[in-house]
Amino acid sequence: MVDIRIPIGLMFSIFGILITGYGIMTISNTEMYQKSLNINMNIAMGVLMLIFGLMMLFFAKRKKKV
Amino acid sequence: MKVELAWIDKIIMLVYFIFVIGIGWFLRKYMKNANAFLEAGRSMPAWVAGLAFISTNLGALEVMGMTGSGMKYGMLTTHFYWIGAIPAMIFLALFMMPFYYGSKARSVPEFLKLRYDEKTRGLNALLFAVMTVLASGISMYALAILMEKVLGWDFNVSLWVSALIVLVYTYLGGLSSAIYNEVLQFFIIVIGLLPLVFLSLKDVGGWAGLKASLAPIATSKGFAADAWTTTWKHAGQSASNPLGVEWFGILFGLGFVLSFGYWCTNFLIVQRAFAAESKSAARKVPLIGALPKMFIPFLIIVPGIISLVLINRTGTSFADTFPREASGSPIYDYTIIMLLKQYLPAGVLGLGITALLASFMSGMAGNVSAFNTVWTYDIYQSYIRKPTGNEHADGRHYLNVGRISTVAGILLSIASAYIASKFGNIMDFLQTIFSMINAPLFAVIFLGMFWKRTTGHAAFTGLLLGFIFALLHHGLTVPAGAATLVKGGWIAALHTYPVEMAQNFWTAIIAFTVSTLTTVGLTLATRQQKSDDELRGLVYSLTPRTLKDDEPWYQRPTGLAIIVGVICVVLSILFW
Repeated sequence: MVDIRIPIGLMFSIFGILITGYGIMTISNTEMYQKSLNINMNIAMGVLMLIFGLMMLFFAKRKKKV
Repeated sequence: MKVELAWIDKIIMLVYFIFVIGIGWFLRKYMKNANAFLEAGRSMPAWVAGLAFISTNLGALEVMGMTGSGMKYGMLTTHFYWIGAIPAMIFLALFMMPFYYGSKARSVPEFLKLRYDEKTRGLNALLFAVMTVLASGISMYALAILMEKVLGWDFNVSLWVSALIVLVYTYLGGLSSAIYNEVLQFFIIVIGLLPLVFLSLKDVGGWAGLKASLAPIATSKGFAADAWTTTWKHAGQSASNPLGVEWFGILFGLGFVLSFGYWCTNFLIVQRAFAAESKSAARKVPLIGALPKMFIPFLIIVPGIISLVLINRTGTSFADTFPREASGSPIYDYTIIMLLKQYLPAGVLGLGITALLASFMSGMAGNVSAFNTVWTYDIYQSYIRKPTGNEHADGRHYLNVGRISTVAGILLSIASAYIASKFGNIMDFLQTIFSMINAPLFAVIFLGMFWKRTTGHAAFTGLLLGFIFALLHHGLTVPAGAATLVKGGWIAALHTYPVEMAQNFWTAIIAFTVSTLTTVGLTLATRQQKSDDELRGLVYSLTPRTLKDDEPWYQRPTGLAIIVGVICVVLSILFW
């Protein structure tokens, strides 16, 4: 059947790109990030999700070659 | 108090919806017969089924309820995880799964049929079918009302849209689709709620800061300063901890009867292990699920505890806008969404809301995929239309029945969500009643697996009497301060428990004890109808043990169980 790591990897990569992009767009909006204790949570989580998503895709791809 | 969502939040949600439906769409072509649709063709790798196992359990009521309980009871809520889940999961994996999986039963009721007889199966199948529909209706209602109050979404729209999405992907891809989506949902729930843990802990100055801020709050409520940040330390007496239950109730009521009843017999959960690709994989499923389960308290309970600090910061919007009962006490179910609103800016907020929706869907899909299996195999196939013998035609026929019962299950859940919105008390009551079937069921299945003499008549009576005595106990006792008969005492209030939790624990203990005594007693008085041959693979003493030693020790079920057990003990000691 389908390797579940592929949709998971794809979805989190898309989330990562979207959220990181939004984080960069709003980087100068200090008022918005007061909520998250002045941390740009979007960039942090976006990068984390992108790494996670790519890792999932990497493992799915590596297994196929074996 | 409403939260406005930005465009980015809506896009995140949309992407998520596309993926869950997409998974169902890709799997639809594999759904050629009932076996593929209802049992996922028994082909799931252990890690996939294991994460699905825990994701089904991580439904909306769990996330909302446990965060709220964190605020209400503090770290004692972890008893629902460390003592109230892990030992039962280990037991299920090591001792019960070989018989469940090895019996080739397609459901827990069917196991009862193989081990005992038709009537025992029928009783259990019927009660289970009603319970799953009720449970998914109630969680649907709880979620829709939350979305209405906090996000301003229309109650009807969120109810129907979320149900429709679950319907589409379970209709298309059956159990495989439910399981695959549960794995995806598991990661969203964890990643979506992660910023909350980080930010709320940072806000109160870490664990040390949290302990310091909670001390005056705990003392003002008449407890020891560390009552909210310890687990066992104040469990000596029921009055000295916020949970209101003493160590015996926690250990025996929660840790044994309720927990083993839930984890070892609830088909909703166990079904994920049934779908595993081999017996060894099936045994690993609960253990792989147990690994994340042990750490979920840090994800949902700890932020819940922190909201007790936040709600005591007078003058803040968190304290002023937290929804409250007429009496002024907070409505605990809102804790999670209030936290999301407090800490998350647009972007990660969408992710957090998606996490909440994902938890709802994983729980609901679990209910629906268990309901359609029990309906199709244990009710329809046994009582309405028996197999004709033509395997191919039967497979297609029961596939269609499985699909129709998926739709029916969702429509019934929606109906019960509306009943819950009109007659909340009745639904609470029914749910309490139906939660009483697990403890007697555990007694009966346990005796069946480990005592070959246990007879069908005894099991049936044990199941029924256990349930009836649980009802009687509930009808004869009340928790202190309960205003309605829904909480108990609807026959006469003979005994008053300090808290509702204690009443629940004792209901389960009584149900289990009555059921065990009845089953044992009647077994000795009745004759075994099944031969040893029929019971092979179903009973411990009649099943040859096959040991496979080709895996390294940490990948074997026993090795994994030791790892899980050690981590659980270490966590319990750290937060003693």
